[in-house]
Amino acid sequence: MTNIPNELFYTKTHEWVKKISQNVVIMGITAHAQEQLRDIVFVELPSLGKELKAGEACAVVESVKAAYDIFSPLSGKVIKINEKIQEKPQRVNEDPYGEGWFLYIEISDPNEFNALLSQAQYQAICEPAP
Amino acid sequence: MKKTPLYDIHLKFHAKMVSFHDYVMPLQYDTIINEHHRTRNNAGLFDISHMGRFEVAGDNALPFIQNIITNDADKLEDMQVLYTPVCNEHGGILDDILVYKWHKDRFMLVGNCVNREKNFLWFQKQAVPYPHLEIRDLTDTVSLIALQGPRSLPILENTFNREFSFLNRFCFTDFIWDGVQIIISRTGYTGEDGFEIFSNAQNIAKIWNLLMDKNSQDGLVPVGLGARDTLRLEAGLLLYGNDMDETITPLETTIDWTVKFDKDDFIGKASLLRQKEKGTERKLAGIEMIDRGIPRNGYPVVKGNEIMGKVTSGSFSPSTNKNIGLCMIKSSSAKAGEELQIQIRNTHYLARVVDTPFYKSKNMIGCHI
Repeated sequence: MTNIPNELFYTKTHEWVKKISQNVVIMGITAHAQEQLRDIVFVELPSLGKELKAGEACAVVESVKAAYDIFSPLSGKVIKINEKIQEKPQRVNEDPYGEGWFLYIEISDPNEFNALLSQAQYQAICEPAP
Repeated sequence: MKKTPLYDIHLKFHAKMVSFHDYVMPLQYDTIINEHHRTRNNAGLFDISHMGRFEVAGDNALPFIQNIITNDADKLEDMQVLYTPVCNEHGGILDDILVYKWHKDRFMLVGNCVNREKNFLWFQKQAVPYPHLEIRDLTDTVSLIALQGPRSLPILENTFNREFSFLNRFCFTDFIWDGVQIIISRTGYTGEDGFEIFSNAQNIAKIWNLLMDKNSQDGLVPVGLGARDTLRLEAGLLLYGNDMDETITPLETTIDWTVKFDKDDFIGKASLLRQKEKGTERKLAGIEMIDRGIPRNGYPVVKGNEIMGKVTSGSFSPSTNKNIGLCMIKSSSAKAGEELQIQIRNTHYLARVVDTPFYKSKNMIGCHI
């Protein structure tokens, strides 16, 4: 079974969000997402200071076969990017919730948290109905 | 969707299955990169039973084939294989195929899955002026697997308990083994030494299982279409539907050497000759990225403000650790060393034209005809 930590928030499009202060979050892609993509060979991240809107494409990951959009879970400003995953994209495969993080976002609307999924809700999406 | 006779085996090996034209095929069993390296360093086993296979037999088999292909089958010895395009009257590529010659009255043609029906109709249409000619579609009755990689020869010899070292590149043999008819050619689509193995649809699973059972402890792994694509791209081999189609002639690609103007008339010869005399306006060329970014099919190729053409194939290349591709661009720029930009998601990234193949195996033997 895929790893879905309890303390994180999730999106239907397989991003995770970790709240680290009142208005700053870290985001990345879930273990389930990297398992589906398998070999991640390229990551494109937004530039620092870029304003993101919840649900809009904010990054790109590429497997050997194809490119996939990654969507911003919340609205806000990019305040830190993980340059290490641009140099070594396989970090996203190896440690999606740790070394493989994507962005720090200074969020502009805390109410958007209400639209994110809990661990249990996300798990239901990952596991196909019997 | 159609399944090959090895479908259940792919599921047993936990393959990720995808639809490819009208077949369900294994994309990968492990990661594409692992399967790629395993093929380059050891050996991989591929199910390629989706490819179209035809038998052409009769007194007129050779003249019929000479008329539909651009390469010269007259130069083929018995039990040799020829790579060639099949072109229409305008020189556009209908398919690229392998021609297997038993003797002058018996041949087998192996083409792309996507062109199977089109090929059969084309062959039948072109066969009309040739009496005593029989063309049969063998695709559903004769299956095909590929054993590729530097350890292919010992694996094959260990499995069948017979020698195959006498087989040169682009040669084949046929024999009865344990009551089963088998054809083996020293051919492939990976840029490595290797073999392609044909047998009856009802026996192919037995051969696959025997190869795996006897050799998996020494590193033989099943390999899917994902790694097949990265392997062939590194080797500079073209993919029908991406790097060539009916709007592209062989002279515009890197397989211009397969057009033999010194042989008798063939379909497309007049058009190709005119194009050769005029020179082509565009040409297929290899590129490697200088900037970060992976070229993909359809991405525009530009030079400053000028549109030069399009990427036809592209990927991360596991063996060179670069991002590489093929693109159809203006001939003036199709020269090694030329710098161009690839437009990826509305941004231009620097790339350099390079000679193909991108990767040359030190284990590869023999050459093309």
